[in-house]
Amino acid sequence: MVAIMKSGSSGKKEGKGRVHMFIKELVPLSRGHVARALCGSAMGLVAAFALASCSGPASQDQDAAFDAMQAIIAGEPESEGSPARLRLISAEQYINTLGHVFGPDIDLGSKFPPLQRTNGLLANGAAIAGVTAGQLEQYQRTAAGVASQVVDAEHRYFLIPCKPASDEAADNECTAKFLGRVGRLMYRRPLGDVQLDAAVEKAGDAADRLEDFYAGIAIALEGMMIGPEMLFIVETSEPDPDRPGQQRLDAYSVASRLSFFLWNAAPDNALLDAAESGEILTAKGRARVVDMMLASPRLEAGMRAFFDDMYAFDDFDSLAKDPLVYPSFTGVTVADAREQTLRTVVDHLITKHQDYRDLYTTRSTFLSPALAAIYQLPAPPGWSGHEFPEGSPRAGLLTQISFLAVHSHPGRSSPTLRGKALRELLLCQPVPRPPPDVDFTLVQNPSSSYPTQRDRVSAHLENPVCAGCHKITDPMGLSLENFDGSGRYRASETGTLIDASGTLDGKEFGDVIGLAQALRDHPALPSCLVERVFSYGSGGAASPGDRALLGYFATHFATQGYKLPELLRMITLSKAFSKVVEKQDPSAPPAETASVLPLQYAAEPLN
Amino acid sequence: MNTLNRRRVLGGMLNGSAVTVALPLLNCFLNGNGTALASGDPMPVRFGTWAWGLGMAAKIFVPKKTGPNFDLPEEITALKPIRDHINIFTNVTAFRDNYENLCHYTGWVISRTGSAPKDSTEIPGETIDVTVANQISRTTRFKSLTATSTGDVRHTYSYENSNTPNPPEWSPLKFYTRLFGPEFPDPNAENFTPDPKVMVRRSVLSGVMDDTHRLMQKVGAEDKARLDQYFTGLRHLEQQLDQRLTKPEPIEACRPGAAPEADPGMGKAQEVVAARHRIMTELMVMALACDQTRVFNMAYANAGASTTKPGYEKPHHTTTHEEPVDEVLGYQPTASWFTRRAMESWSDFVSAFANMREGDGTLLDNVLIYATTDHGYARTHTLDGMPAFTAGRAGGRVKTGLHIDAGGTSHARLGYTAMRVMGVDTPSWGTKSNNTSKEIGEILV
Repeated sequence: MVAIMKSGSSGKKEGKGRVHMFIKELVPLSRGHVARALCGSAMGLVAAFALASCSGPASQDQDAAFDAMQAIIAGEPESEGSPARLRLISAEQYINTLGHVFGPDIDLGSKFPPLQRTNGLLANGAAIAGVTAGQLEQYQRTAAGVASQVVDAEHRYFLIPCKPASDEAADNECTAKFLGRVGRLMYRRPLGDVQLDAAVEKAGDAADRLEDFYAGIAIALEGMMIGPEMLFIVETSEPDPDRPGQQRLDAYSVASRLSFFLWNAAPDNALLDAAESGEILTAKGRARVVDMMLASPRLEAGMRAFFDDMYAFDDFDSLAKDPLVYPSFTGVTVADAREQTLRTVVDHLITKHQDYRDLYTTRSTFLSPALAAIYQLPAPPGWSGHEFPEGSPRAGLLTQISFLAVHSHPGRSSPTLRGKALRELLLCQPVPRPPPDVDFTLVQNPSSSYPTQRDRVSAHLENPVCAGCHKITDPMGLSLENFDGSGRYRASETGTLIDASGTLDGKEFGDVIGLAQALRDHPALPSCLVERVFSYGSGGAASPGDRALLGYFATHFATQGYKLPELLRMITLSKAFSKVVEKQDPSAPPAETASVLPLQYAAEPLN
Repeated sequence: MNTLNRRRVLGGMLNGSAVTVALPLLNCFLNGNGTALASGDPMPVRFGTWAWGLGMAAKIFVPKKTGPNFDLPEEITALKPIRDHINIFTNVTAFRDNYENLCHYTGWVISRTGSAPKDSTEIPGETIDVTVANQISRTTRFKSLTATSTGDVRHTYSYENSNTPNPPEWSPLKFYTRLFGPEFPDPNAENFTPDPKVMVRRSVLSGVMDDTHRLMQKVGAEDKARLDQYFTGLRHLEQQLDQRLTKPEPIEACRPGAAPEADPGMGKAQEVVAARHRIMTELMVMALACDQTRVFNMAYANAGASTTKPGYEKPHHTTTHEEPVDEVLGYQPTASWFTRRAMESWSDFVSAFANMREGDGTLLDNVLIYATTDHGYARTHTLDGMPAFTAGRAGGRVKTGLHIDAGGTSHARLGYTAMRVMGVDTPSWGTKSNNTSKEIGEILV
């Protein structure tokens, strides 16, 4: 692999000289992947064996797939497009980007506050979020720490591509080579001459004053890492030559949008090369780039980030259970429950390439010892695959600890919280807020007359004021009552056998397996994913005018077997993905700000 | 410290590059009585906020007696050690006007912005701490400090605008590192060697500012405002660098001590929250004693508090709704248990300021703390009959030890009073029914 990349360094573009560092995760390891990645690219000049496979069966399959996708795109309903956004980079994206530029052994040692959840996704908040002085101070501290590691004795000789004439003075040529290269990766486009010259001058000035070439580099690098073009993902548009009168994202903006979407990090050199050559703006070029990205191992990190966001797993960051009630539920359980679900998602959707809907009925998952205690199973050390047997009440994500425990109170289960999460997170159906003047006397303290949660919450359903909302959440939440607030199975509550029957939008079932199947077959399940993926990928909530487009995507998601990679491919290759619309008048609230949840409210408990 | 005199210190500062740094509270700057700066200017007054969730039960919270020497009903007996350091306000109203009563949201938003939010997406203007920080805390190392005892980084009551919260410190260890880690300009350090990297770092920062200006020319008005806010952050970084070039003057009370051994465990169990609150309070008080900021926010609980009682299955919020009113007691006993614990932490908080010596008095003499909640009676989400507190004498501008029956007046009047005390020159505050141009005069000296 390294040999191939080093061959590439003889190409015209300066950026390929150090690909062993910058592109090491880019091209997958298999020969087939290498061949696909190289076909049609400038880098393909170097490897004869790869060229040979360009005309083989894989290529024919690709051509057929390309034609089929083009046919889908040709029928795509006209969309409004999305604005060219100025998005605040998320903490994870910042960290991932620096990790990919400078290597995973650079310690970033920071944790940043999350963005605000907007229309179901934290990622949507990036287009409206500001940066406070306190946050910037945190970025500065991280930047200083990373910069000092880049130039330390352990890293400087392989991260900086040249040796200065003297370690104790400026060397503008070497500085320009380094800063030009990392600047392109951090800013996601080449630095302009003026910008690069200014950075080199600052580094040189610092090097001379400190009598240390590397200290000068570190300080200039630190400045770049807190620069506006690093912290904000700046999208810019240009006239669309294929659609007169319309605007589209420019090539570098497309590269960034794709990369933050699919990899949750900035584009690498190969992607920037495709932007620089304009290839990414052509249908074939975009398809090649997207296929390469989907085949990359980095897709896993990107999709973990997406599902972590969609499932509101930021709730895990402050999750704890009452140790008197749930002594087995520890801090390790919290971390492992999140990991279990993400492993299941990646395995099911990417590794096994299976139907998205089956994620909610699958019996395949992974276990760790901390989770095994709650699942009441033996488990070897570390993570291991596990198949729940037929007849087990565990099937699908609803029955995993991540869903059951997060959507419960610290000391008891909550059919309402679980039902609300099912509606809002998985079906994209917002549940109304409780009215302020509810008479709670009907549901007051559990007593002997309320042996189970079903008896307790049935009071909600008898009261017309409560019933309006609780009918939306409770009938399916009650089917999860065989699991307590920590996610452990129970057959009874206070000595009374639990009745886990329920309904979901007209479908009746007797237990949680029935609920899982009803959810799996719910038409809103795949369409919700389509909406979330499109919003996440384009950086903001879909507008009401995109309803037809989303319906079209949902239809083709179905015809393609509800496979996530196909959905990602369709959306990233669509016209809508890169079409740009003028930003709305600020006096009229844009759609994506309509349901911003300020932090306090987002975390507010519901009964 | 005795080797210094005013002339030498001021001369040194003016000859240096950092004429804008805040004057530290060096005793040689004080007059002979230790009650004012030697120039005759009063000691700098700091402003802070404190928050608890879910109001109170009026029957056992509201003192019968108004004015001084008020009684302490059972829900606030914990305030005994601080009674004469605080004012308690009852019968305060958050007017929602024609907007919906957004449970656990409308009340605190009005208390902090003077305006009712139209929906749960809106913070209608910067919060009061931001306004006051812009007035009094531009020159300290930190413009403001915000912390929460809940361990949840999402729990803040401080917003620059709807989309820009000031995220709180949630980990005592991280908070300690930010305050007193390697970058802490220890005013009592024996040696001071300006780091030569600081000057060049400052130069690089000016390049970042140039880049920001260039970018601002290319974006629309909304994004420009966001970049402008980022630019303000860069300015603050620049100022922090400036301060590191100047030897800070000794401050007797500034003794940060060692870092906490470990963070309290995660979770919102009351004991853990109280423990986190105590450590955060100590750090905050020391940050003020070391003059690292002049504005601070502390949240004991989130609005709609999710604090839990070990062994009790429901968190505070759910308890307020589902626990029956005890027929004999006449209130919800467990809900009240939560409120009493919150009042204990409020007492701890104020006591920590009262125990920190400053000049001839205490830090509390030179502080005004504004404490708010989200509802009056949480069980029914009332926005009238709300309680609030102030603590501290704000450099002698505020009386303490009073119970004020606010007579249903807007919460914004209390906020407006605090802003005026802190020198914010504004003729009025708040909108619609909450708009006011009248302070609560009873507490003003």
